[in-house]
Amino acid sequence: MTVAVNPTQTGEPLFYLADEHPHPEGYSTSLGFWIYLMSDCLIFAMLFATFGVLGANYAAGPAPKDLFDLDLVAVNTSMLLLSSITYGFAMLTMQQNKVAQTQIWLAITGLFGLAFIGIELTEFAHMIHEGATPQRSAFLSAFFTLVGTHGLHVTCGIIWLVTLMVQVGKFGLIEANRRRLMCLSMFWHFLDVVWIGVFTFVYLLGVLR
Amino acid sequence: MSPDLLKLIFGRLGLESLPLHEPIVVGTFAVVALGGATLLAGLTYFRLWGYLWREWFTTVDHKRIGIMYMILGIVMLLRGFADALMMRGQQMLAFGGSEGYLNAHHYDQVFTAHGVIMIFFVAMPLVTGLMNYVVPLQIGARDVSFPFLNNFSFWMTVGGAVLVMASLFIGEFARTGWLAYPPLSNIGYSPDVGVDYYIWALQVAGVGTTLSGINLICTIVKLRCPGMTMMKMPVFTWTSLCTNILIVASFPVLTVVLALLSLDRYVGTNFFTNDFGGSPMMYVNLIWIWGHPEVYILVLPAFGIFSEVTSTFSGKRLFGYTSMVYATVVITILSYLVWLHHFFTMGSGASVNSFFGITTMIISIPTGAKMFNWLFTMYRGRIRYELPMMWTIAFMLTFVLGGMTGVLLAVPPADFVLHNSLFLIAHFHNVIIGGVVFGAFAGINYWFPKAFGFKLDVFWGKLSFWFWVVGFYLAFMPLYVLGLMGVTRRLRVFDDPSLQIWFVIAAIGAFLVFLGILSMLMQFAVSLLKREQLKDVTGDPWDARTLEWATSSPPPDYNFAFTPVVHDNDAWWDMKKRGYQRPLTGFKPIHMPSSTGTGVILAGLATAMGFGLIWYIWWLAAASFLAMLVVGIGHTFNYHRDFDIPAEDVIRTEDARTKLLAGAK
Repeated sequence: MTVAVNPTQTGEPLFYLADEHPHPEGYSTSLGFWIYLMSDCLIFAMLFATFGVLGANYAAGPAPKDLFDLDLVAVNTSMLLLSSITYGFAMLTMQQNKVAQTQIWLAITGLFGLAFIGIELTEFAHMIHEGATPQRSAFLSAFFTLVGTHGLHVTCGIIWLVTLMVQVGKFGLIEANRRRLMCLSMFWHFLDVVWIGVFTFVYLLGVLR
Repeated sequence: MSPDLLKLIFGRLGLESLPLHEPIVVGTFAVVALGGATLLAGLTYFRLWGYLWREWFTTVDHKRIGIMYMILGIVMLLRGFADALMMRGQQMLAFGGSEGYLNAHHYDQVFTAHGVIMIFFVAMPLVTGLMNYVVPLQIGARDVSFPFLNNFSFWMTVGGAVLVMASLFIGEFARTGWLAYPPLSNIGYSPDVGVDYYIWALQVAGVGTTLSGINLICTIVKLRCPGMTMMKMPVFTWTSLCTNILIVASFPVLTVVLALLSLDRYVGTNFFTNDFGGSPMMYVNLIWIWGHPEVYILVLPAFGIFSEVTSTFSGKRLFGYTSMVYATVVITILSYLVWLHHFFTMGSGASVNSFFGITTMIISIPTGAKMFNWLFTMYRGRIRYELPMMWTIAFMLTFVLGGMTGVLLAVPPADFVLHNSLFLIAHFHNVIIGGVVFGAFAGINYWFPKAFGFKLDVFWGKLSFWFWVVGFYLAFMPLYVLGLMGVTRRLRVFDDPSLQIWFVIAAIGAFLVFLGILSMLMQFAVSLLKREQLKDVTGDPWDARTLEWATSSPPPDYNFAFTPVVHDNDAWWDMKKRGYQRPLTGFKPIHMPSSTGTGVILAGLATAMGFGLIWYIWWLAAASFLAMLVVGIGHTFNYHRDFDIPAEDVIRTEDARTKLLAGAK
């Protein structure tokens, strides 16, 4: 907001706004949400650091080479990346004010998210079945916690997504709902970026190691 | 009932969890229960519950939330200080074969609780409370960016405090020291609920702190009034901004490290264990990556308070505003590059230790610059020795001493001698009491008339000041001596009788500080009784310089009837000098956020969840978690969160002030 702070025409300095408008609703929301995302990013940074320090401590247990199925992870990664694209489509249709199409794209995004979680849980179950439990070694503790925290975030994102779909259904694409969809969009893409880090740092480098 | 069913309902909570075998705790419980019952009965008798709920608990007004933070901090100060007195008493007595009066089990809880309470539930609420109250007023805003979140953050802090207090009477607190290093804090060595109380109290309060950090950053960045560029912000707002950036950039680290510790304890993972590849050093590193910024989180706002106070009571513009801002920013950045100095002795090697030793010493440069800025502000000023200024002078003398012992400890070879000794204890009390606590007291005495419309009593204030300052030196100078002689921290009994005299002096000092706290409570009570005599109707009792003094005391709900426009660093001083006339007409309706009880409910559920997790009452934890989810999502279905204060109400409030001001002249 730019306001003239120079002296008024009469030469008297202006010390208050006689005619002002309140800040629009949600004026600070996107900044606040960005800062929240950065604090969340720090949580992941710490989990990455922990994985970096403890990730080679196999304690004579299984190592990444024995555990990771890169084909499955590639499928899983594509699920998440596709969900980001479809969320992008949801935002485009939101801009055009098309409620039904927005809802459809959101639903597709949610399904991709569910597929991602499903595949991840299958992978986890398989590992645990083979005895590679979080308790087995510091490497596995760090692995399950880092990947699991990401999965937990995606789960929260799905719950949020469903909530927003209900709210868009009830109240339409009003200003507040657009802002909320925008925040979830940032959250969803943020999780994608984190996953790129997980895929590279944990899976690819893990298999190379 | 079968033991299995009991276990399902109560987890590991049973009658034997109540510390009935500890006469001191039972006595304390009796007093607290009696006091609590009297308070509750009084509130019920005078029918104050509705008022409290409507006007205070559910409020989203940053001023009331700020006041509630201050009350929380002062109440917890009494608890934390009781622990301090018990420790001083124990160490004074336990000589020559005497075991003192605290057994090891109890004593270890006392020193842990003392540290945790003083940092998280005294210093943090006092600092957060002052920032909450003052920052929106100083930047000419009507409230913070996210008023509901502000209320929620406060109640989460309360939730954490409730869990710590509960540990006194139900079960026990951690016996690990205030940072709960593993492997001691891991399940093998601490199988009891103590560490779990520690974890969940800090997690619940930590969520509140992080959110309030985000909130205040947004407030300062987005809601400054027209004309207030970054370099025209009052210094207290600047230090608050840096503190909140530090909060957001460090509390997530604490969240992670405590989460990993709880995974080790609850799930059996191997992050910080001694076997299966775990690394206890990882914990120590992570927790200090949070812990060192934490001390700057506490002290930066105090620096801001001293800047405001020095400039106001010297009647001069702050010397070197720009250098003050840069010094604050430099400290903010450097605070992330020094954490390893907390464990030089843990074998990182000479080069790593040198790096962290040097960065630590470098921090004293911007801090020293600040010290000179305050001195030059006072130079040739017309200094008024009111209470806030007295605390500031005491701070300047005390903090320089603490800073110097800090630089001494930053030299790794010296640290190898002094690590974990009472010298260290003396050092950090020297800077935290001399910096943060004196700062909070300067702030309380300075802004109290703004919050309540009357000044604090000077006689009891001075008494409290002298008891505190003299008591502080008597209590901690002996610890420097003992530390140099090699006495380590956290000892319960001593063999060498020649040491006893120093502990006796320290105990006398602690008792004087106790009198200082009592005098401060008296000061509040006496001021309340004498409020008519101490009344200030001008809204500007100190002839101060920044915007918060431009409005009435206490400020109306909307802070400013018209948003101010700023031309100078000392905005209010500039307005006074250039003949600002308070507007008397043209008032309009003002848009404000509405109160909500959601914050209280969510924080209550979070606390219940914490309690369930501590005692392995899984149904309670799960039910509270689900309820939180439902209440939280339910809250987002409420799209009407604000209202307009009608213009007539604004006119009535402002006319009342006009009459008051006319009467004052």
